[in-house]
Amino acid sequence: MIESELGWGIERINDVIDEEYDVIVLGTGLTECILSGLLSVEGKKVLHMDRNDYYGGESASLNLTQLYRKFRNGQEPPSELGRDRDYNIDLIPKFMMANGELVRILKHTDVTRYIELKQISGSYVYREGQISKVPASEMEALRSDLMGMFEKKRAKKFFEYMQNWREDDPSTHQGIDLNTAPMSKVYKDFGLEPGTQDFIGHAMALYLDKSYLERPARETYDRIILYISSVARYGKSPYIYPLYGLDELPQGFARLSAIYGGTYMLDKTVDEIVYDADGRVCGVRSGNETAKTKQVIGDPSYFKNKVRNVGKVIRAICMLKHPIPNTDNADSIQLVIPQNQVKRQHDIYIASVSDTHCVCAKGYYLAIVSTIVETSNPEAEIKPGLDLLGPIVEKFISLCDLEEPTDDGCKDQVFISRSYDATSHFGTVCDDVKDIYRRVTGKDLVLKQRQRQEEEC
Amino acid sequence: MSAPGNRHNSQAPGKLFQFKLVLLGESAVGKSSLVLRFVKDQFDDYRESTIGAAFLTQTIALDENTTVKFEIWDTAGQERYKSLAPMYYRNANCAVVVYDITQPSSLEKAKSWVNELKRQADPNIVIALAGNKSDLSERRVIDTETAQNYAADAGLLFFETSAKKSTNVNELFTSIARKMPLDQLAANSRARGNNLNQRGVDLNHPVAQNACSC
Repeated sequence: MIESELGWGIERINDVIDEEYDVIVLGTGLTECILSGLLSVEGKKVLHMDRNDYYGGESASLNLTQLYRKFRNGQEPPSELGRDRDYNIDLIPKFMMANGELVRILKHTDVTRYIELKQISGSYVYREGQISKVPASEMEALRSDLMGMFEKKRAKKFFEYMQNWREDDPSTHQGIDLNTAPMSKVYKDFGLEPGTQDFIGHAMALYLDKSYLERPARETYDRIILYISSVARYGKSPYIYPLYGLDELPQGFARLSAIYGGTYMLDKTVDEIVYDADGRVCGVRSGNETAKTKQVIGDPSYFKNKVRNVGKVIRAICMLKHPIPNTDNADSIQLVIPQNQVKRQHDIYIASVSDTHCVCAKGYYLAIVSTIVETSNPEAEIKPGLDLLGPIVEKFISLCDLEEPTDDGCKDQVFISRSYDATSHFGTVCDDVKDIYRRVTGKDLVLKQRQRQEEEC
Repeated sequence: MSAPGNRHNSQAPGKLFQFKLVLLGESAVGKSSLVLRFVKDQFDDYRESTIGAAFLTQTIALDENTTVKFEIWDTAGQERYKSLAPMYYRNANCAVVVYDITQPSSLEKAKSWVNELKRQADPNIVIALAGNKSDLSERRVIDTETAQNYAADAGLLFFETSAKKSTNVNELFTSIARKMPLDQLAANSRARGNNLNQRGVDLNHPVAQNACSC
């Protein structure tokens, strides 16, 4: 079981597992760790288990040995890649929006103090066979090759309208009701060209397909404002990223939980979820021990018979020895290939980080190319993305089912998170956290920044 | 204060060197108690296992121009089921590995932790071995010489301590401070600090560039 070279006695395991918990959390992905942290801080008694011997679940960052164990059947990593400990390779490609909800949660919980963050250097978009920078300032917008001169004037009007719009001030509405008018109409009112629409909807509002065009424009407005306000925070791009990889996030929240009394058990099998006569959850069994609990939270992999498949994502983790061509030698980027540009229904994303983020050996770059699977040949679907990378040193392909719970857990008190989707940042993860938090506690999560408690114990 | 290095809570003069110090050792050997004695000069007989602080800080003035500030990370109980996150060891400059002189297995566990540190942590990490609960001499099962020999072989600082009686606690931390290669390490940690100012981001102090009207 969890016996290791450090050899813990079995009695002590029994101590813990025989206790009664308020919540048992299964899987140490980011969603689960944020919830553990929040609930522990509120005084709930939490037991957190993971079948893996590392933190992060599906949102982990792996070293070379772990990566080759997962994708190459345990084959030795080639020695030229360098030291194992220099690698923290993300399994999912996501960045943090500098003004997004995850940042608010990090500040609310003060988990920021465990994590060093760095900007992502640039945000790019693919158009008509070319890679262009998404302008991060008015100056960049004026110089941008994304639009002709007249189109730039129209776009300027559009963005001025967006930034000045106030829900409660009809004089800023210019006769358009963003809450009811479809986005396609707003584009038309400002006379924006299809290429400009692509860039706004896919590289700024970060829609994965074009269904947003026929929905009320308010949603797109909120996304554009999030993008612009995030760029405004630090300057180069809207994105920030934790040094040593995304896995720092679950680790940080797990530490928060532990500090407030949460118990952590990695490398622990979960054999059965135990229910009482009324069908409510009452325990979790591992081997011949059962820990009692009132509620269970977990990722879909622990509840195969309580989740449904809602799609598939393909991700190709690529190791490079150069920055992605035509991106100004940036050490990190996001590149969006809007679906229109490559005759698809869903966008292809490329997310790249490098040794400056302490995720790979010196001189290496990591790029993840991903999209939502539409055909029976998913590898061919990401080819337009792979073709932009230049020579690839190593490539690891994963096909992940996107799963969601079949019910809300209010009856059996089992609350299941959603898989990490194809979106580029943590917005939907935070939505899931808040939704589960509401169902578990019966109240809304209210975020505020805490006072620093440096010396408190 | 009788300790060789005076502890300061106020602003220290001269150069300030800051280091991350991690605690390791079997549960219930007194890791948190040692820190509590060092930082707050307190001891609690009925202390619950694991304390609730992100980390504690304490400064030591080595001489009038040199002050060392330790940012001390407690395991928060995550060591118990081998669930310490890599984040814990990350960028640790020094470590105190604690055993209990009345628990025979605890020195063996301490040795495992030393090996783990050598595997996971910075190769230049300064490690001290602390045989805690020296006040319980009538229940001693690990003699001083055994531990001392091991520490010498493994290149560790060594002290027998009592968090309860405040024996050798300041001495332990002060000798770690003295063993830190201050010039070299500080240059590195300063460089890192500067880099952070240039490239890193602080969520609490965003650089509002092109101020947004939204």
